[in-house]
Amino acid sequence: MARTIIPFGPQHPVLPEPVHLDLVVEDEKVVEARPSIGFIHRGLEKLVEKKDYQEFTYIAERICGICSFIHGQTYCQAVETIMNLPVPPRAHYLRTIWGEFSRLHSHLLWLGLMADALGFESLFMHSWRVRERVLKIIEATTGGRVIFGTCKVGGVRRDIGPEAAADILKELDGIESDMREITRVFLKDRSVKDRMCGVGVLTKEEAYELGCVGPTLRASGVSQDMRQLGYAAFHELRFEPVTRTDGDSYARCAVRCGELFQSVDLIRQAFARLPGGDIAVKVTGNPNGEHIARTEQPRGEVVYHLKANGTKNLQRFRVRTPTFANLPALLKVLQGCELADVPVLVLTIDPCISCTER
Amino acid sequence: MSTEVVCELISADCLVDRVRALKQAGWRLVQISATRLPEAVELTYSFDRDRRLANLRLLALSGGPGIPSISGVYWCALMYENEIHDLFGVVIEGMAVDFKGNFYKTAIKHPFASVKPPAAVKPAAAKAAPPSPVPVTA
Repeated sequence: MARTIIPFGPQHPVLPEPVHLDLVVEDEKVVEARPSIGFIHRGLEKLVEKKDYQEFTYIAERICGICSFIHGQTYCQAVETIMNLPVPPRAHYLRTIWGEFSRLHSHLLWLGLMADALGFESLFMHSWRVRERVLKIIEATTGGRVIFGTCKVGGVRRDIGPEAAADILKELDGIESDMREITRVFLKDRSVKDRMCGVGVLTKEEAYELGCVGPTLRASGVSQDMRQLGYAAFHELRFEPVTRTDGDSYARCAVRCGELFQSVDLIRQAFARLPGGDIAVKVTGNPNGEHIARTEQPRGEVVYHLKANGTKNLQRFRVRTPTFANLPALLKVLQGCELADVPVLVLTIDPCISCTER
Repeated sequence: MSTEVVCELISADCLVDRVRALKQAGWRLVQISATRLPEAVELTYSFDRDRRLANLRLLALSGGPGIPSISGVYWCALMYENEIHDLFGVVIEGMAVDFKGNFYKTAIKHPFASVKPPAAVKPAAAKAAPPSPVPVTA
């Protein structure tokens, strides 16, 4: 059968960011996908040569416009480990709370985008309506909606007082109730299930071997979540990774739905245990050493490799983002799929090209 | 010096065999990182098993022979290897998919290949003599 190459992206209605795929098709079946990225490569890693290590927190946060806070947090954790800084427990808890709010708004954003890709516009609007409630809490506590700017080397810049905490917990009850409504549609509606069940199956072995991370990995039955490392306050909070075993698009969606409620539970636990005390320590001197820090972004494990040589500028700053790790799996699931399923499959790994093109 | 990164130093010759042994033992490839040193590029291969990290480290000398690809063992390594080739100019031989320098579309070829250039030294402007408090008279 004759083969045709169909270009997909870098601009496409379903893609929020530019990635290009050359889809080799036979009739309506994709037999091969060849990726092409690098359209917006920013070279942020190179900026460590110009920005000092404290200033660089702002750059790290701007690697991504969705999971910005956890980028800043991971960077700070790596520097703090190298410098052996005693970060106050309250700062660890506040980082955990903001990190989980970050996960909430990222997963709700993804649910909206997925509903849009499925052509379910009212579900898209409801998902983003709930996300807006989360963004308002973030704005009230940090001053920013996307770039929080609260993390710094040695702790955090802002605190959350008891009155604000009570308001947040009350608002969280309403958000949880709304999320139950929309996730019920994602998980029960027949038209949604028809588009996702059995589509883009990734077995447990394939997901592990292809280096998948985050919901993409956990949807294939691998119980791995970097929060289990116990960074920030996670070593004092109770949680189990949300997993599914089917490995298809529906399973990846179900894992994200489950993680919404897991994040709400973690935020409640963190507020209940929030210790008093300082929110930052004074930082003096320059880092000298090397560390690989790993945290769990909404899209999966992010890896920060920092090398410092005792000067104010780091010698090397390298980020391996979750999307970068999930791209090989995307190429795998695209092989043999129907052309009409490509937008859904691309979205199920929750691609963030902004992160990948750091 | 504080460091928590424990690396096993290896040579390029035994890289693929060592990586294959790790894979057979159930390790997952986490990342390949590169650091530009004055006369070489330092490559760090990180693997995870049960949330423990193991690292292999080797030096790719500038102008030296290429580094063997591990994409025959871990197919997903082709992403990291193409990235390192495009950003650092390291020659990696036998990649499962070779983008031939087109993985990243950068304005500068191998933008991470050079170490930080010394700050451009501007020639000091000729200093004008301070005005004399006393008018100079002929």
